[in-house]
Amino acid sequence: MAKDGSELRLDGGGKPLWLVLELTYKCPLKCPWCSNPLDFSEITDELTTDEWKKVLREARELGTIQLGFSGGEPMVRKDLEELVAYAVDLGFYTNLITSGMGLTKERLAELKRVGLQQIQLSVQHSDPKINDAMVGAPSFDQKMAAAQNIKAHGFPVVMNVPVSRYNIEDVDGLVELAEKLGFEYVEFANVQYYNWALLNRSELLPTKEQLDYAEARVVKHRERLGKNMTIYFVVPDYFDGRPKACMNGWGTIHFTIAPDGKALPCQEARVIEGLEFPSVRHHSLEWIWKDSPTFMKYRGDAWMKEPCISCDEKEKDFGGCRCQAFLLTGDASNTDPACSKSKHFDIIASAVAAANSKRSPPLPLVMRTKGAVSHSLKGCGLPSQPENDEMKEKVESLTT
Amino acid sequence: MRQNAPIRLSDRPEINPLFLFRWEEKEQAYLLLYPEGIIKLNDSAGNILKLCTGEKTFEEVISELKTLFDSDKLEDDIYSFMEVALGKGWIRVKA
Repeated sequence: MAKDGSELRLDGGGKPLWLVLELTYKCPLKCPWCSNPLDFSEITDELTTDEWKKVLREARELGTIQLGFSGGEPMVRKDLEELVAYAVDLGFYTNLITSGMGLTKERLAELKRVGLQQIQLSVQHSDPKINDAMVGAPSFDQKMAAAQNIKAHGFPVVMNVPVSRYNIEDVDGLVELAEKLGFEYVEFANVQYYNWALLNRSELLPTKEQLDYAEARVVKHRERLGKNMTIYFVVPDYFDGRPKACMNGWGTIHFTIAPDGKALPCQEARVIEGLEFPSVRHHSLEWIWKDSPTFMKYRGDAWMKEPCISCDEKEKDFGGCRCQAFLLTGDASNTDPACSKSKHFDIIASAVAAANSKRSPPLPLVMRTKGAVSHSLKGCGLPSQPENDEMKEKVESLTT
Repeated sequence: MRQNAPIRLSDRPEINPLFLFRWEEKEQAYLLLYPEGIIKLNDSAGNILKLCTGEKTFEEVISELKTLFDSDKLEDDIYSFMEVALGKGWIRVKA
């Protein structure tokens, strides 16, 4: 009789179990791996409180359970507490995904009072100076203050570490920091290369040697900590020739609502040109999820070409990531170039080879700032450079 | 890795507060919700965890379930599920 519970896994006719609300693209930090669009500052018509509430009602009706409040920095929204309260009443499991900036004692107390379930706090490095340089703003002290207040309220915490070559060797320092703060989970999430991260890929991509070192350290810490901490290590798809099962398949269990109400099968999807993303301002979530052409487009396998369509792993990885296929090959219905069977695999292989070779001098990182880039990335397989050198901001001395 | 912990019958199991345990109407099932995950429990697992409130001992939980399912043969199954649940950290012994 009693077996382990099963992970919920549903097909395209199923429910959107996971929903992420990107409440705003505004953020006080300038992370050069940010997943927000390059033209984030031009998208200003954010949904109102009532419009977000409509999204929440309709999502719950569709069967959504896991809910992430994200951004940008969600604390920028003054109505966050009101929205969390509303979501809790509807029966969502609520996650706050934050940098900790603006997460004051008072706001935290209110979030606890209204029933927020858990918090994901991003930390970049255990060395405050490096942490602050990586995000382009003084922030380490505020993150630590927020961390202590969060634990004082008894929230379960995931410390989220976006991993690049600048912090991948700091596994020990970061795990020890999480231990000291009493966090239950650490997620080492290798940066995925879209938008700002793709622009900066040559500077962010770790070497294979660094990756192996970090994984070995994670294994050691798991052995040492046992049940006291769960450590996730999200392996980057650039290194082993297998594509990731991105979002568990397009339009299968996940959707994201962008600040302006555009519904996306994943938070990166608006990089794909030629797709029209339906807005929650004009359509019901039910129509968007079940019937909209964009959500149907890459659902299932009817869209697949060779080598995907005859591949015995297509049920496992769903052809990989549509956004990556578009960005690096120019066609979203191509096999994800992270797959060694893709005819475009050399794009990935050469990026890894470049990361593994010592180069000098390093290029400057392009920090996420308004106007830092003026055109989108597309099809070329290479990050485009900003047009104006003066608009670049540099992170210096990170490599020592 | 995590080991399944042995159970002491006099201990009182409760849901680990890191997890949210609740009924989900649309799934017609009990769920365990946690950061980054959803576990859908089958009927028997749901019924077992429902009794893990920190008030009853393991012994009382098992005896109550035997009455509920009207069977004496379930003891081993219930016991081994609770070991798994303890090992996975879904339940813990109330201090």
